[in-house]
Amino acid sequence: MKQTLLSLSDLSKQFDGKTVLDSLDLEILDGEFITLLGPSGCGKTTLLRLMAGFEHPDQGTITLSGQDLTHTPPERRPLNTVFQNYALFPHMSVFDNVAYGLKMEKRPKDEIRQRVNAALAMVQLDDYARRKPHQLSGGQQQRVAIARAVIKRPKMLLLDEPLSALDYKLRRTMQVELKRLQRELGITFVFVTHDQEEALSMSDRVVVLKDGRIQQLGTPREVYERPANLFTAQFVGEANFFAGCVDAVNGDDTITVDVFGLKRTFRKPDFQVFEGQPLHVLLRPEDIRVLAPDDEDGVAGRVVERNYKGSTLDSVIHLDDGTEVLASEFFDEDDPAFDYRLGEPVKVSWVDGWEWLLPQEAAKAEKEALADA
Amino acid sequence: MQQPFRTAVLVLVWGWLLLLVLAPNLLVVGASVMTRDSATFISLPLNLDAYRQLFNPLYLDVFLHSLYMAAMTTLVCLLIGYPFAWALSKVPKQRQMLLIFLLIVPFWTNSLVRTYALKLILATNGLLNNALMSLGVIDTPMQMLYTEGAVIIGLVYLLLPFMILPLYAVFDGLREDLLRASHDLGAGRLSTFIHVIVPLTLPGVLAGIMLVLLPAMGLFFVPDILGGSRNLLVGNVIKNQFLDARNWPFGAAASIMLTLAMAFLMLAHRLSKRRIGEDGV
Repeated sequence: MKQTLLSLSDLSKQFDGKTVLDSLDLEILDGEFITLLGPSGCGKTTLLRLMAGFEHPDQGTITLSGQDLTHTPPERRPLNTVFQNYALFPHMSVFDNVAYGLKMEKRPKDEIRQRVNAALAMVQLDDYARRKPHQLSGGQQQRVAIARAVIKRPKMLLLDEPLSALDYKLRRTMQVELKRLQRELGITFVFVTHDQEEALSMSDRVVVLKDGRIQQLGTPREVYERPANLFTAQFVGEANFFAGCVDAVNGDDTITVDVFGLKRTFRKPDFQVFEGQPLHVLLRPEDIRVLAPDDEDGVAGRVVERNYKGSTLDSVIHLDDGTEVLASEFFDEDDPAFDYRLGEPVKVSWVDGWEWLLPQEAAKAEKEALADA
Repeated sequence: MQQPFRTAVLVLVWGWLLLLVLAPNLLVVGASVMTRDSATFISLPLNLDAYRQLFNPLYLDVFLHSLYMAAMTTLVCLLIGYPFAWALSKVPKQRQMLLIFLLIVPFWTNSLVRTYALKLILATNGLLNNALMSLGVIDTPMQMLYTEGAVIIGLVYLLLPFMILPLYAVFDGLREDLLRASHDLGAGRLSTFIHVIVPLTLPGVLAGIMLVLLPAMGLFFVPDILGGSRNLLVGNVIKNQFLDARNWPFGAAASIMLTLAMAFLMLAHRLSKRRIGEDGV
């Protein structure tokens, strides 16, 4: 069992009367890669700044391995930050940038040279030590920023949307690189992003934030497959919501739900259910099965959009009752020419057991969640 | 449609520069290598006597004293302007505009008039002496006018905004995340100031020095009004050579020396900007 490294309890922060963090609790475990995920304005960057010490909470405490850090200035916290725009010192060479932290510790010159060279080798920038930041590409600046942040061997590395300025391909490369570094260094990574794909692929655990509150905390698989609420379901990945109504609560831990007039049998969810209760049936696009129009199963509709994505064919299907369904199907080796015509009549179905049920939320909150996502 | 307008603007700008900047400067260079003539001011043959005269101990003393007063003026402007500009960049944006406006307001009054106003304040029976005496700080009036100090006060008063404005520009552009990064890496306030803030504001410091030091050597009316006969600036020497002594070659040579000093400072400024990856201005 991993130990708690950083523990945030009851943290609140307001800016100009606007609540950015709302009595938030979070335990970060030693050695984990944890991601703070949320739309802009959700409080994720503020949370990171509180950990780094650039901001101070209005209320609540931050403890690192049992030691209270709440009011410790950033220069005395054993944590380091990789900034969004790298924040490399423009007047210093790459070497001096990376050496900065050690110089502040007044380490002997020989040790500094050795450790800086080792850090630069780790990010494969040995040959760039004498360059100035403005002579480097975005990806190289990013590596320097990482080398600079890990050279003091911090207990924890805070990364504030570090990949957002890079192009898609480079971002993928850096994602792999960051994971490798984290494994090699064994440092706890707290990673801030608004990119759900990045969050899912890199993290041990994901914290989904909205309006300064944690919406869900769990492994990427939990967050994607078993979202705690509508917001998480919408924000993390694409989702179809079908309106359902509980038809019967069965004895064998299943319920029968009426969706589009079809009676489907689902596993009983964790929340309380009763007959006649309206609920949401969540199905990811890849869970949707598109069938021939003469199939017995499913709901009739028409293809209104098709997007060729290389490995998948994504389509939007307009059901007869007006509901739009996103479907994402892998290409079948037996039928490489598989495609749809626009307007083609089809039937939509899914495999029971792949659905996820969510209760109806208060009307207003629900509308907001759907609008935000 | 745009082409004729573009051509017209370019002709105007280049014409202006050639006629009113390059040509007069060439005339000055020309005058500096000619011989003094009481009837026509300058005449042939060409020679370097004027430049030799610059190294005359008498004038060298005046130049050094002028440089000293200008350097003191620059230093005082820097000591006041640096914290002032820093604080200015910290106040809310809207108030910043107001404060900069207030900084510029005095420019709407002629600087000669403002220097005379300063004379009234510093005079033996002036405002400052009277105020100090009525407060009981001093018993007899202090000699403030016609001193080196009076000249420096006058120059600082006229030139301070030229130090503050370029400094404000660099402080305004100082990225907050760089300061955060410095603290994050273990630097306290003093270390951050020395290792990050000073190097990054250096281009502004050099720009400020450029805008203060050279005018401070040229503003001849300030010593004329406040300085008495001993506290001369290079500007006074140049003015005297052209208007009183009628030695145009020597006046021209002194002007060129000032221009070269300016060029040297501009070069230093450019290098300091290139160091942090910005293009020189």
